[in-house]
Amino acid sequence: MSVFDSLADKLQGTLSELRGHGTLTEDDVNRAMREIRLSLLEADVNLRVVKQFTATVRERCLGAQVVGQLNPGQQVVKIVSDELTSLMGGAARDLSFSPRPPTVVLLAGLQGSGKTTVAAKLARHLHTEHRSSVALAACDLQRPAAVEQLVTVGGQVDAAVYEQGTGAAPADVARWALERAVSEGKDVLIVDTSGRLHVDRELMEELAEIRRTIKPHDVLLVLDAMTGQDAINVAEQFGETVRFDGVILTKLDGDARGGAALSVKAVTGTPIVFASTGERLEQFERFHPDRMAQRILGMGDVMSLIEKAERQFDEREAEELEHKLRRNEFTLEDFLSQLRQIRRMGPLTSVLGMLPGIGAQLKGAKVDERELDRIQAIILSMTPEERRRPELIKGSRRLRIARGSGTSVQAVNQLVKQFDQMRKLLRQLGSGRMPDLGALMRQGR
Amino acid sequence: MPRDWSELFVTGEPAADAPAPASAAADAEPQRRRFLGRLRESLSRTREALSGELAATLAVPEDEAGWERLEEALVMADVGARTTAEVVGRLEAEAQGGGLEGRALTERLAELLAEIARGDDDLIDITARPAVILLVGVNGTGKTTTAGKLAYQLRHRLGKSVLLAAADTFRAAATEQLEAWAQRAQCPVVTGTPGSDPGAVAFDALAQARTRGCDVVLIDTAGRLHTQDALMDELAKVRRVIAKQAPGAPHETLLTVDATTGQNGLRQAALFAEAVGVGGIVLTKLDGTARGGIALAIARELGIPVKLIGVGEGLEDLRPFDADDFARALLE
Repeated sequence: MSVFDSLADKLQGTLSELRGHGTLTEDDVNRAMREIRLSLLEADVNLRVVKQFTATVRERCLGAQVVGQLNPGQQVVKIVSDELTSLMGGAARDLSFSPRPPTVVLLAGLQGSGKTTVAAKLARHLHTEHRSSVALAACDLQRPAAVEQLVTVGGQVDAAVYEQGTGAAPADVARWALERAVSEGKDVLIVDTSGRLHVDRELMEELAEIRRTIKPHDVLLVLDAMTGQDAINVAEQFGETVRFDGVILTKLDGDARGGAALSVKAVTGTPIVFASTGERLEQFERFHPDRMAQRILGMGDVMSLIEKAERQFDEREAEELEHKLRRNEFTLEDFLSQLRQIRRMGPLTSVLGMLPGIGAQLKGAKVDERELDRIQAIILSMTPEERRRPELIKGSRRLRIARGSGTSVQAVNQLVKQFDQMRKLLRQLGSGRMPDLGALMRQGR
Repeated sequence: MPRDWSELFVTGEPAADAPAPASAAADAEPQRRRFLGRLRESLSRTREALSGELAATLAVPEDEAGWERLEEALVMADVGARTTAEVVGRLEAEAQGGGLEGRALTERLAELLAEIARGDDDLIDITARPAVILLVGVNGTGKTTTAGKLAYQLRHRLGKSVLLAAADTFRAAATEQLEAWAQRAQCPVVTGTPGSDPGAVAFDALAQARTRGCDVVLIDTAGRLHTQDALMDELAKVRRVIAKQAPGAPHETLLTVDATTGQNGLRQAALFAEAVGVGGIVLTKLDGTARGGIALAIARELGIPVKLIGVGEGLEDLRPFDADDFARALLE
């Protein structure tokens, strides 16, 4: 994987030696800005946007107090994350439905961005989410077999497809389709158009004419999530010609970081409305700006993890635990409380997935949550005395615990044995600290 | 570097003057021709603009701001931070060491870029009979369009008999789309039923090419994201089917990359290369404002050269890659 994988990792690495300083110096901030610039460029955020963005972040970082539990690295990550999220836009947005149906939606975009597939996906989405009756208008008369493709995918989502072959002018087909949608009482009409280059004056004018003819309530730009620096040229040109109201980001199921989304939002101010996330027609969802911000940062969900860790880990409890470890008094009781603390943060896989760097490594690794349930049940079936002194657990006690926890004598044995080994290991670590998750979290990386 | 069709393809025949393109087909695309015209214009404009502007920019090579502007130009062209850093670093070192200045520096930069883009082997070998060319790539990058245009060029410029295979059995109407192209290019096409095994279509195509004595088989496959393991496995299987049917085949595997693609293009190329081996890039949609700088990063980091470029939707709008033109356009 690329060295730019996680901005959060890099920032925390760059700034790790600063732990303990009260404020960020100008030097620290400049170093951090370099990492941010590179990371955002690597994520395909447009250079112009990167410059504006880092200027804003720099301002905020300078002299920012390093407060609370956060080290300077985390502090900068938090500022970047906040700024990115606000730039990406806050809440998810929906289409603007017309009080007088049909609501007309016009799709536009470059060739290959996925308009025809999106038309069907959007139809399906509107049908399942809003119970809308949807018709699709086939106005891509350029690409060979585009009409056939729309007819096929439209059929797959039970949407009516209005088509007149490829003989007429696209604007005429659009007008005819609108009249038909009105007379057939459709709730929504989605107009699929040809892919076109934003520099092709003639075809852009054709699009503008379709717009003037049918006066859509929503014009949506369909944009490939893998688009690079050129995204802003595309957005600006389409914006000028057809004034789009929202963006649909496609092919988000790949591993592109999707910086183009940020560029387009920053340059045009237009929100991303939907995201297309797979080959199947149901893989289409409302767009979540905050998730996108995290994705561009390539930092898992590190902020929410920091927040969760702060909420869930009781400082005093942790100190007490450390004390016990040093004195070799760690019991099953303590083990249970540790286990519960970690699990309060969510399913273990998702907790691990939130850790930058670790997320990718553990992709595919399975943590059996049921195994953890079983361990918890076994410990809970012990008496407090047994939890403190596991060596008491013999014969009939074993059987009782096994029955109480719905497991087997072997399982109880195994847990006791493993716990014993763990204790020995901890004893060897002796004077050292227990590498518990809570401490790791607070110390940064 | 290949400049025209007979230079791009290794045919094993003595080079002959390419026959003029069939006029009927050219007439069928009158309005599309303007793309090509526009690109040519813009390329020549670039050449002039470049010499002027770069000379001004780099007149004082020790000027930090000048180097930074150059870096930014490359980044804006999607070359990527790492490749940009390397190219500019090399140029800077040469400038300081060898006293390169002004115009010489400008020319050296274009040379450096072209060198990287060109790679070692930028030819397409079609000496085998039939020669099998496999087209792969992410959804919407232009595989089917490229297949159609390439068939046309092979037939009309090099006089080869070409068979098209519609092994994209997944996307709705992909077969119809290729059939339309086959008609324009006047080539036969082998199809399968929707949802059928793409390997079977490839198998049939090879068998038919033998019986008909075709020179080249172009196999169009379904677009797929490089991150979809199951679909990548399917593609590897298509390749195995081809290799089993005709030893040494596919003789060329071309990856279509959309010129508007950003840094993710590197991942695409790496994973497609891993799954099926990629011999060259077809850089499509270069007729817009995107410079396709990602191709440079792909060539540098993975050693895969660009072989063809797509500059429009007409039959003629596919051209052999010219590294020098490309390098200049990058800096427009």
